[in-house]
Amino acid sequence: MPNGVTHHPALAHHFDNLEQQNEAATLGMWVFLVTEVLFFGGLFAAYTIYRNWYPAAFADASHHLDVMYGAINTVVLIGSSLTIALAVRAAQTGDRRTLMLFLVLTMALGAVFLGIKSVEYYQKWEEHHIPGPSFQYEPAEYFRHAQVFLSLYFVMTGLHAVHMIIGLGIMTWMLVWAWNGTITKEYASPIEISGLYWHFVDIVWIFLFPLLYLIGRHGPTVH
Amino acid sequence: MAPRVDALYFFLVAVTTFFSLLIAGLIVFYAIRYRRREPDAVGARIEGGLLLEITWTIIPFLITMVIFVWGASIFFAMSRPPDETLNIYAVGKQWMWKFQHLNGAREINELHVPLGRNVKILMTSEDVIHDLFVPAFRVKADVVPGRYTQIWFQPTKPGTYHLFCAEYCGTQHSRMTGRVVVMEPSDYQTWLATSGTPGALAAAGETLFNDLSCNTCHRRESQSRGPSLHGLVGRTVNLEGGDTLVADEAYVRESIVNPSGRITAGFQPVMPAYQGLVSEEGLLALVEYVKSLGDASPTSHAQ
Amino acid sequence: MPSNLLLPPRHYLNDGYGVWSWLLTRDHKRIALLYLAAVTFFFFIGGAFAVMIRLELATPAGDMVSDDTYNKLFTMHGVMMVFFFLIPVIPSVLGNFLIPIMIGAKDLAFPKLNLASWYIYMIGATFTTYAIVTGGLDTGWTFYTPFSTASSTTNVIPAALGIFVTGFSSILTGLNFIVTIHKMRAPGMTWFRLPLFVWSHYATSLIMVLGTPVLAITLLLVAAERLFKFGIFDPELGGDPILFQHLFWFYSHPAVYIMILPGMGVVSELVAAFCRKPVFGYSVVAFSSLGIAILGFLVWGHHMFVAGQSVYAALIFSLLSFLVAIPSAIKVFNWTATMYKGAVSWETPMLYAIGFIGLFTIGGLTGLFLAAVGLNVHVTDTYFIIAHFHYIMVGGTIMAYLGGLHYWWPKISGRTYNELLAKVSAAIIFFGFNLTFFPQFILGYLGMPRRYHAYPPEFQVLNVLSSAGASLLGVGYLLPMAYLAWSLRYGKLVGSNPWGAVGLEWTTTSPPPTENFAETPVVTWEAYDYPTRVEGHVA
Repeated sequence: MPNGVTHHPALAHHFDNLEQQNEAATLGMWVFLVTEVLFFGGLFAAYTIYRNWYPAAFADASHHLDVMYGAINTVVLIGSSLTIALAVRAAQTGDRRTLMLFLVLTMALGAVFLGIKSVEYYQKWEEHHIPGPSFQYEPAEYFRHAQVFLSLYFVMTGLHAVHMIIGLGIMTWMLVWAWNGTITKEYASPIEISGLYWHFVDIVWIFLFPLLYLIGRHGPTVH
Repeated sequence: MAPRVDALYFFLVAVTTFFSLLIAGLIVFYAIRYRRREPDAVGARIEGGLLLEITWTIIPFLITMVIFVWGASIFFAMSRPPDETLNIYAVGKQWMWKFQHLNGAREINELHVPLGRNVKILMTSEDVIHDLFVPAFRVKADVVPGRYTQIWFQPTKPGTYHLFCAEYCGTQHSRMTGRVVVMEPSDYQTWLATSGTPGALAAAGETLFNDLSCNTCHRRESQSRGPSLHGLVGRTVNLEGGDTLVADEAYVRESIVNPSGRITAGFQPVMPAYQGLVSEEGLLALVEYVKSLGDASPTSHAQ
Repeated sequence: MPSNLLLPPRHYLNDGYGVWSWLLTRDHKRIALLYLAAVTFFFFIGGAFAVMIRLELATPAGDMVSDDTYNKLFTMHGVMMVFFFLIPVIPSVLGNFLIPIMIGAKDLAFPKLNLASWYIYMIGATFTTYAIVTGGLDTGWTFYTPFSTASSTTNVIPAALGIFVTGFSSILTGLNFIVTIHKMRAPGMTWFRLPLFVWSHYATSLIMVLGTPVLAITLLLVAAERLFKFGIFDPELGGDPILFQHLFWFYSHPAVYIMILPGMGVVSELVAAFCRKPVFGYSVVAFSSLGIAILGFLVWGHHMFVAGQSVYAALIFSLLSFLVAIPSAIKVFNWTATMYKGAVSWETPMLYAIGFIGLFTIGGLTGLFLAAVGLNVHVTDTYFIIAHFHYIMVGGTIMAYLGGLHYWWPKISGRTYNELLAKVSAAIIFFGFNLTFFPQFILGYLGMPRRYHAYPPEFQVLNVLSSAGASLLGVGYLLPMAYLAWSLRYGKLVGSNPWGAVGLEWTTTSPPPTENFAETPVVTWEAYDYPTRVEGHVA
C-alpha cells in the first residue's frame, strides 16, 4: 500500500506492514495454545475424575514414580523457559550470537528432559508397569485402578514428550533462521512465538509433575 | 406414565405446527406480497425494532420454560420408582436379554409382568452398552457394563408389546428384540407358581454366597472379619476415611467386585476382589440374597 | 441484457496454469475450490451409503446386505457426512473464498497454513477411506465404548486416526479465520459493519478451536485403549464407558453448531440480498451467533439422558438446552421480519434460503421434544432423533450451502447457471427431502429404534415413503452438480454485481483478481446499505 517504500524482506504480500504481520502471528500462536489447553484438558478431566474415584490406588501407583527424576525434569524445564526468554530478548535487541547461544541451551535442556524421561519409561518397562497384556502390579487390590493411573501417566507424559520433540524441531528451525540472518531486531516475531509455545509446554509439565508424582507425599497417611 | 409422556408430546406437536405454519405462512405471504416488481427495486430501509426483539425473545423463553418444567416433572417421576415395586433383574448381552425373576424363573427375550403392579427392573450389561426400550410403556434406559441402571413402569393393558435394544451394540443389534407379556393378575400368579418358587433367586444367591466362602467373614458376630450384611441395603454405612453412604444394590455389587474401593469403617481391607470370578447374573443373585437379609428398605437408588 | 460482457483479463483462475499452480497455491480462492472438489467427492460417497441404507430399509427384513455390512453402511455414512462434509463444507468452501473479500483483505492471515489445512484434510480423509476400503468401520460415527475399544472387529484405529488428523484441518481453519477477522479488516470495516456471514464464521471458528481438540484427545484415547489395552473407558480394565460419552459429546454437541452456524450466516446474506434490505436486527443476529457458540458448549449431556447420568445433571442440561434454542429462534424471526416490505426476488438462492428457514424451524422445534427430559426418554435412540438432525443438517445446512453456492457461483466462476433448471432442482430437493425425513418423526414416536437393519413389519409403510423420498433427493442433488459444471464452460458471463446486492465481494470483478481488489477498499457504510450502495448492477 505505501508506494515507494521498500518493504521488509520478511513482510508477506497480503499484510500491509510488518507490525500487522507480527500481531497476527502472535494472536495466531495464542489461539493455537488455547487449543492445546483443550487438547490436554480432556486428559486432565479424565485424571481428575479417576483420581476422585480411586484415591488410594492412585496414590499407591504414584509412589512408584521416581520423584527425583520428576523434580530434576521440572527444574530443567523451568531453566529452559528462562533460556528461551533470554533468547527472545536477544532477538529483540538484535544480538545474533547471544540468540543462537540461548537457543542451543534451550534445546540442550529439552534434550536432557527427554533423556530423563526415556530412563523413566525404561524403568517402568522393567517393572512391568506399562499397561497392557504384560502389566503386573502389587498389591492385587489396586491392580485395576493402578492400571488406569499408569495409562493416564503414559498418555499424558507421552503426549507432553511429543510436544517437546516438536518444540525441539521448532527450535532447530529458529536456530537456522538466527544463523542465516532472517531474524532481526524488527523481525523477532518467530522467536517470540516459538518462545510462547515452549513456555506452554513447560507449563503443562508444571501441572503434570505434582498431579502424577506427588500424590499423597505430604505426610504419613495416604488419603 | 405413558399418557403423561404423550400429553407432552402432543403439546409439542401443537407448538411445532403452530410456529412452523406461522413462519412458513409469513414467509410465503411476504414473498408474494412484497415480490420484486422491477429489476432495480429495493426494499424499505428498516434496521430493526427493539420491542419486537424483546417480544420474540420473551415469548419463546416462557414457552420453553413451560416445556422444561413439564418434561422435568415427568422425568422425576420416572426416576423415582414407588416404594412398593415388583423387582425383576435384567442382564443384556450380545445379543439377548436375560430376565431374572425373584422366584428363580429365568426368561430370555421375553418378560412376563402382571397388570396393575409397579414393576422395577434393575439391570446391567455383560459386555457392551445396550439399552432396554419398551415403546408401549414409554420407558428406556441404557444398560452399562460395570454398573446398574433401572427403569420402572406400571402396565395398564394386557397384551404383548415390543421390547427393543436401543443402543447400537454390534452385529445383531437389530435382532436383540423381544416381548413384554402383560398378564391379568390371576394369570400372572399361575405363571409365577409354575415357573419357579418364591425366594428362589435369593436362595440361589445364598448358595453362591456359601460356595464363594463369603460366609466365613461376613457373619452376624461382632468379631467377624467382615461387616454383617443383615439389614445392609437401605442402611447408612460409615466408610473408612470418613464418608458415609446409603447402601444400595450398586454398592453391594461394587463391594463384591472391588471391595477396597469403599470399606466399612473399622474393618481391614482384606476382602479379595471377585472381579471376573462371578458372572453378572451371579452378582444379581448375591445382591438379591443380601437384600433378603433383614429389614431392607424397599427404596433403592441404584445409580 | 448486454451481451458484450467479457471476463476480466486477469483473474484468480487464469493467474497461473497447471496442476502445481493449484496444488501449491496460497490463494484462498483456489484453496476454496480445492476444498469444493474434495467435499463434493466425499459427499457423494456418504450419499452412496445413504442410498444403500434406504434401499435396504424399504423392506422389513434385513435381506439386501448382511448385518455387519449394514452396520458398516450407517457408520460410514455418518462418518463421511459429519467429519468430511458437514463440518468443513461451508467454512472451507464459502468461508475460505469469501471472508477475505468481505472484509476487504488480500487473503487470510496465514495462506500457507490454509493450504496445509487442505492437505491435512486430504490425509485424514485418505486414512479413513483406507479404513473403509480395507474392511470398513461398524461402531457408529459415535464410537461408543466399550464396543469400539473391546468388541468391534473392524478398522477402528485407522478410522479414528483419520478423523483425528482431519480435526486439525478444522482447528487450523478456525484459527486462521479468527486471526484474519481480528487483524485484517480493511480501513473503516469495524466489527459492526461486518457482514453477518463473517460474524457467524467467527462464532463457528471459536467452536472449532475450542471443541475439536477434545475430540482429538478422545479419539487418541480410544486408539490407545484398543491398541495398547490402556484402561480408560473399558470397565474390564478399570475404566468408565460413560466418561467416553462425556468427552465425545463435549465436542460433538458444539460440532453441530459448527455445522449450522455458517449456514445461518449464508442465509442472512441471501435474505438481505434477495429482499434488498438490511437484515432486521443486525446486532441481535450477530450476538445470537456468539450466544449459540457459548451456550452450545454447555448442553452436551442432553445426548446422555438415558445413559446413566444423575437426575440433577440431566435437569441442568435440559434447562440449558432450552436456552440454546432461543438465539436460533430469534434469528428465524429476524430473517422473517427482513422480508417484510422487502423487494423479494424468487431467484434460486432465495428459494434455498426460504427452504432453510422453514425446515430449520421444524428441525429446531423438534429439538424441544428432545430437550424435554421426560419425553426424550421415549424418542431418543429412535428414528425421531434421526429425523431431527437430518432436518437441521440436510434441510438446514445443505440447503444453505446450495443457496450460497448458487448465489456466489457467478462471483466464483464469472458465469451463471440455468435458472429454470436450478429452480426445478430446488423444488425436487425440497420435496424429496420432506418425503424422506418427515415419516421418520412418526416412525420414531411409534418406537422404531435407530441403527436397525431389520424392523417389525408394521413400520414398513413409513419406511417405504422415506426410501421413495431418498431416491428423489438423490436425483435432486445430482442435478446441480451437472448444471453447475456445465455452466463453467457454457454459462452466460456476468459482471461484478449480477444480483444488485450490497457487499464488498460485489464491488470487485467476477471472477476476482488474485489480490481480490485493484485497490484496498475504504469502508464508510453499514453492512447492508440498501438502497444507496448497489454498485455496478447490470440487470
